[in-house]
Amino acid sequence: MTGQVFVLVEADEQGAIEVSLETLTFARSLGGELHAVVIGSSPSGLLDQLGAYGVEAVHHAEGDAFTSYAPAAWAAALVAAATDASVVTAAGTSRGNEILAHVAVRLGVTMAANVVAVDSTDPLVVSRQVLGGAAMEELPLADPVAVFTVAGHACEAQPTPAASSPTVAPIDLTVSADDLRARVVRTEPGEPDESGSLKSARVVVGAGRGAGSADGFKDLLELADLLDGALGVSRVVTSLGWRPHHEQVGQTGSRVTPDLYLACGISGAIQHWAGMSSSKTIIAINNDADAPMVTKAHYAVIGDMHEIVPAINDELRRRRSA
Amino acid sequence: MTDVLVCIKRVPDLGGEIRLTADSMSVDDSSLGHTVSPHEDCAVELAIQTAKDTDGQATVLTLGTSDAVEQLRTALALGCTGAVLIEADPVSYGPADVAAAIAEVVRAHEAAGTSYDLVLLGNDASDTGDFQVGIRLSYLLDRPVVTGVSTLSVDGGSVIARGGSPDGGTEIFEVPLPAVLTVMEGGVEPRYPSIPGRMKAKKITIDQVTSGLEPAGSGRIRLKLPEAQPNEVTILGEGPEAAKAVVDVIEKLGVLK
Repeated sequence: MTGQVFVLVEADEQGAIEVSLETLTFARSLGGELHAVVIGSSPSGLLDQLGAYGVEAVHHAEGDAFTSYAPAAWAAALVAAATDASVVTAAGTSRGNEILAHVAVRLGVTMAANVVAVDSTDPLVVSRQVLGGAAMEELPLADPVAVFTVAGHACEAQPTPAASSPTVAPIDLTVSADDLRARVVRTEPGEPDESGSLKSARVVVGAGRGAGSADGFKDLLELADLLDGALGVSRVVTSLGWRPHHEQVGQTGSRVTPDLYLACGISGAIQHWAGMSSSKTIIAINNDADAPMVTKAHYAVIGDMHEIVPAINDELRRRRSA
Repeated sequence: MTDVLVCIKRVPDLGGEIRLTADSMSVDDSSLGHTVSPHEDCAVELAIQTAKDTDGQATVLTLGTSDAVEQLRTALALGCTGAVLIEADPVSYGPADVAAAIAEVVRAHEAAGTSYDLVLLGNDASDTGDFQVGIRLSYLLDRPVVTGVSTLSVDGGSVIARGGSPDGGTEIFEVPLPAVLTVMEGGVEPRYPSIPGRMKAKKITIDQVTSGLEPAGSGRIRLKLPEAQPNEVTILGEGPEAAKAVVDVIEKLGVLK
């Protein structure tokens, strides 16, 4: 694929976020000249980081219109920068999917969310996640500009051996009042997460309907604590009001990729599986030997989680004090 | 008085396994029940709450076959007071087509002298996951749009919408009405239908319309399932006696602190 490939890069204080680096790696594999678009404040070191990923040109939008998040304004900046692009892409985050949808409307083209692979480049055909990642859709992107987002973990972030020193140019645009109608007016910090940081945990103790009631989580929280992990729950647990929504794992909750997922009393519906199937090792504890979670797990224990989990906790404590 | 239009989509209620139709163009839902996505359950709840708080009306809309009346009736039983069915085969509609068909309904409503001040949708449909119908609709209607909204409140001529920010906090938008918002699960607890609610819902006439647009389609070539990973589950045992074997595995994985 030739032409210019534009990537919207999201950054925090540490630099580009991991999924943006994955997207740069994915975009680089298309061939073509790699451009990055950075909007708002740019952390120090970002330029070197982008160079290490093969970016040849960085387009930067800053100023009053970009001090707080306004999706339409960000899209306007991306469109203004990418006038000669053949591809415009971003990570499949909330921001990425939102801004690229705006971009696609402005360019009058299709937008493919959460692409995981390019099946052919001429014509361009991609595979994208549908059904929460449980299936793929093959979709042609035949417009003059291909607009899509790249799903998390579609590839591993890899710097290029041929690092470059990107040029930097400001994006020249006047943001219209219409594009600032929807703009963040205030932010509030997150609430302290009592179950530990779910998304980055190496061990997640998952709990489903089998927990039985809001009072059924004491042993599970203790197990999570003994394993220095976090508690994650299925949707039925949050919709019954047993645990808060921020602990939910699945299609409409968090996606987790721990080294170990201990699924306790979770049947393993597609929607939950979508959120934890990338776990390195899955141990299922369930009284139903035919439950999908059991048949798809690496290891399983059959029986009552309310007897098994305390026994695991006892064993962990015993070995720790030994 | 805020009149709210909330858009939902009938989708198969998937269990633990997905089967595709013989042509691989859709999910074989012949043996499945149907539902709407959790995001849309929350959108319906917010629509009903907003209508109640402002003495307005909540109208539910879907694009689908006559089967989707089931999902409209459920929303009516919860407290929506009007329903619109855009009769069409949803498989032949891409996200831009769906947005255009909804825009037609909103415009026809305006032509009749009333307005849906707020249009709510789910953030992304649980089947196609396009993440764009609400945004496309906002451009067609020339309205501001906020996505990923978990709670909202109408304040005079504007709506205050709250949703998650990338750093785990909350972002607050204040946008002028009329506006389009897409809702994400987590901010409100959807209510359950009551028996009187269901009885009342049966008596409400569903406004059936057809779209004058020729859908361009999504362009889908086919669906495919990930190759079934042959999986040999190792059964570590039954009951609490298996605890030692579980901890052996955990130790072997090297995840203990």
